[in-house]
Amino acid sequence: MTTRLSMAFIAVLILGATGVARAADKPTDPQIAHIAYTAGALDVDMAKLAISKSKNKDVVGFANDMVRDHEAVNVQALDLVKKLKVTPEDNATSTALTEATAAEKTKLERLEGAAFDKAYVANEVAYHKQVNAALETVLIPSAQNAELKSLLETGLKIFQGHEQHAEMVAAGLN
Amino acid sequence: MSAHCHLLPALALALGMGAFSARAETITVTIEKMAFSPAEISASVGDTVQWVNKDTFAHTATVKGEWEVMFPVAKSGSIVLDKAGTLAYFCRFHPNMKGRITVSAP
Repeated sequence: MTTRLSMAFIAVLILGATGVARAADKPTDPQIAHIAYTAGALDVDMAKLAISKSKNKDVVGFANDMVRDHEAVNVQALDLVKKLKVTPEDNATSTALTEATAAEKTKLERLEGAAFDKAYVANEVAYHKQVNAALETVLIPSAQNAELKSLLETGLKIFQGHEQHAEMVAAGLN
Repeated sequence: MSAHCHLLPALALALGMGAFSARAETITVTIEKMAFSPAEISASVGDTVQWVNKDTFAHTATVKGEWEVMFPVAKSGSIVLDKAGTLAYFCRFHPNMKGRITVSAP
């Protein structure tokens, strides 16, 4: 993930949808649910691109793990919002994340072979780092509902695991 | 066919009453909320470690370069400890999940 994306993402998280930098502007639970779901769904999209393009078994294996885990988390997230009768609410952070990932995907689509593998895995390391930072500093502390908070905490552990897994795959590509 | 029938009891005898004492135990480690619990266990050679995956995610117990046990969602898996030593294992899918088995000689 480019620095540009990171900055855009963090800026939106800090500024909030209104663009007014006030400490009180925390994302609401419906927004947090939307951001977390979006982050997972975007990573599944990227993984599917890697599965279709890569010929490296470690990269494809990692991408399959991403699809399996993120889909599992998102099934839980959907079950929870249904149970809580919360409607996930689109917001500036989700939009920024979606747009930035689309740009990254376009870049990756142009690459082939080892160049693609390296770029995909490097992006996965950066992406998970960024989402983990958002979970730790903004999303988890802002979540009001205890079950949502608990799911985000489990999500954080999984994504931290993915970050380390991606780093191991990246080290193997050098 | 008959060779197999003779071999099996002999094998069972060797495993059950030979080097490994008949008191071999099974130690259960639960996998829940992205963690091995207990994360550290002590066992003897011949004991079995069984992992029960209660997470909705697949996990592994992997000792780099030695062995790996896979645990699909809601499944268990086990290994028999065949030598003394300290085994540091992790989940290959989530390397932040770590466990340790201290295996003592029987």
